[in-house]
Amino acid sequence: MRERAARPAAAHPGGDPAGDLVIDLEPATRGTVLVELDHVGKRYGSVVALKDVSTQVRAGEVTCVLGDNGAGKSTFIKIIAGAHQHSEGTLRVDGEETTFASPREALDRGIATVYQDLAVVPLMPVWRNFFLGSELRRGPFLDSARMRATTRDELAKMGIDLRDVDQPVGTLSGGERQCVAIARAVHFGARVLILDEPTAALGVRQSGVVLRYVAAARDRGLGVVLITHNPHHAHPVGDRFVVLKRGQAVCDKVKADLALSELVSLMAGDVSELGLGALEHELGRGKEPAEQPAATA
Amino acid sequence: MSTLTAGRPGGPPPAGPRTPPPDERLAVGSPLRTLLARPELGAVVGAIAIYVFFLWFAPSFRTGAGIANVLDAASLLGIMAVGVSLLMIGGEFDLSAGVQTATTGLFATILAYQLTLNAWVGVVLALVLALGIGALNGYLLIKTRLPSFIVTLGMFFVLQGLNLAVTKAITGTVLATGIAGLQGWSGVEAVFASTLRVGGVGIRISIVWWIALVVIGTLVLTRTRAGNWIYAVGGGAAAARQVGVPVARVKIALFMGVSVCGWLVGMIAMARSGSVQANLGIGQEFEYIIAAVIGGCLLTGGYGSAIGAALGALIFGMTKQGIPAAQWDNDWYKLFLGVMLLGATVLNNVVRARASGDSR
Repeated sequence: MRERAARPAAAHPGGDPAGDLVIDLEPATRGTVLVELDHVGKRYGSVVALKDVSTQVRAGEVTCVLGDNGAGKSTFIKIIAGAHQHSEGTLRVDGEETTFASPREALDRGIATVYQDLAVVPLMPVWRNFFLGSELRRGPFLDSARMRATTRDELAKMGIDLRDVDQPVGTLSGGERQCVAIARAVHFGARVLILDEPTAALGVRQSGVVLRYVAAARDRGLGVVLITHNPHHAHPVGDRFVVLKRGQAVCDKVKADLALSELVSLMAGDVSELGLGALEHELGRGKEPAEQPAATA
Repeated sequence: MSTLTAGRPGGPPPAGPRTPPPDERLAVGSPLRTLLARPELGAVVGAIAIYVFFLWFAPSFRTGAGIANVLDAASLLGIMAVGVSLLMIGGEFDLSAGVQTATTGLFATILAYQLTLNAWVGVVLALVLALGIGALNGYLLIKTRLPSFIVTLGMFFVLQGLNLAVTKAITGTVLATGIAGLQGWSGVEAVFASTLRVGGVGIRISIVWWIALVVIGTLVLTRTRAGNWIYAVGGGAAAARQVGVPVARVKIALFMGVSVCGWLVGMIAMARSGSVQANLGIGQEFEYIIAAVIGGCLLTGGYGSAIGAALGALIFGMTKQGIPAAQWDNDWYKLFLGVMLLGATVLNNVVRARASGDSR
């Protein structure tokens, strides 16, 4: 709060004293396979949560994992994030066969997860949230000027123009809060970013804001794993699509081989016996008649 | 999805001032908003109002000695309020804080007198005991996952029972005494109960301790990593844990901090009279919490300041001294306390809603 007056001068990206912390992959590494799943499966006792799933996460690409509730999305991310261990198949990180014992281990290999609800502390200023758990210090005290400047720069690089990093995170919109958490993961060296339903609780506009930052992370060379149940969110931003259905991958395709309509129908098949197309038809046709019984009832 | 195609991901932000897109709803910081977002705003206004009020009705408030009296009354409460406010910001309560002042004082007095030790040995061992009680409070909280209200209420009764029963069993009365004759007592007296002369006005050293603790508490909260962690464990323990903040360790340390404050107050009470009443501090735990709340600490944690708690204690001190000084019946004090608490809580909610964005 005291440094407020001196801030504009310190905010220039050129003079960023924490620049050495920023991980920026060279374009040459784009397309490198960072994480690879090879016929991976997971059983919880007799329950088969995930079976025979194979896909890749490449640097500078977005791998979308779609599926309805209970399709195995959470199990899928928990295996990559290190929260659970796979029981079948092979997980390779940088081409090396790996089984993570803990999320910490995954984090040390550059795999960071942003969960939808647990991302930030609402009452704390943006910059304190950004550096929470990894505070920069000068002697025993916080180096708040440098942390403020770095926070502003990092958010600016993600296309978030925040004038006051001292405002509590709670004053930001839901989408922006997600973005702060994403920018934080990127800054602290994440190479693979797992986003668990980042748009699930957001409106159309806010979802667009978040997806824009997903694209920004991708363009900075990160491999992004985007978990969602919304094909309309996944298709524009994704490079590779895995559709899970009852624990199995029913689709693992790159964007060139997969039209949005195909993705939608793949997802919709999972909704019920009916299918989304039929459902839409029924709802559309039933609009007027459906209202009348409701009114008389 | 027009927002998607329109976006230029990763593009450098345009130079010069730019209006944020309307859908991002970026709040623009104004000086007034910043001021309103300060947790201690209500306490500052309250303290000034009450001082002016008593300046009018109580003549002693216009003298240096009168102000020194007010500060003295505020200091013992204020020392505790520092530890309690940090704990509240960390999301917990300590209902055993009041009786801990007696426990440490009794322990130091009885131990040193019965074994004829140097008075300082009693003082130092009492500090060790205080740290142990605080650590136990925190450990029980973490292990049982019970609310701190229950854990420390249990500790409150345990210590209250021990204070009275052990004192009676050893001394035969409810007053522990005799430490004043021991070696090292003059030093203990000097450190905890001396009076400094500043321009003809006697300032008790407890006021110096209080100010020192407020400065330390403020530095820790605003300028250190530990302070960042305290706000985080109170405001969002799950998020804090996820980024690697040692939530359990922070909470245990906060309970130990409260106990150290209790030890200091216990030593000051002991050094002033050379004896300790076994019922010292009972009922005071709520005053500490009220002082912290008046100073802007949220009951739910994650928000507040040490300076605010000091102002809360100051409001207490002024009222305690001001009501008799204005020659009113002392019963008005309780009424005043209740009104202040309710007013402060309502004000805190308004301030918090402003600070955290009431859109959600």
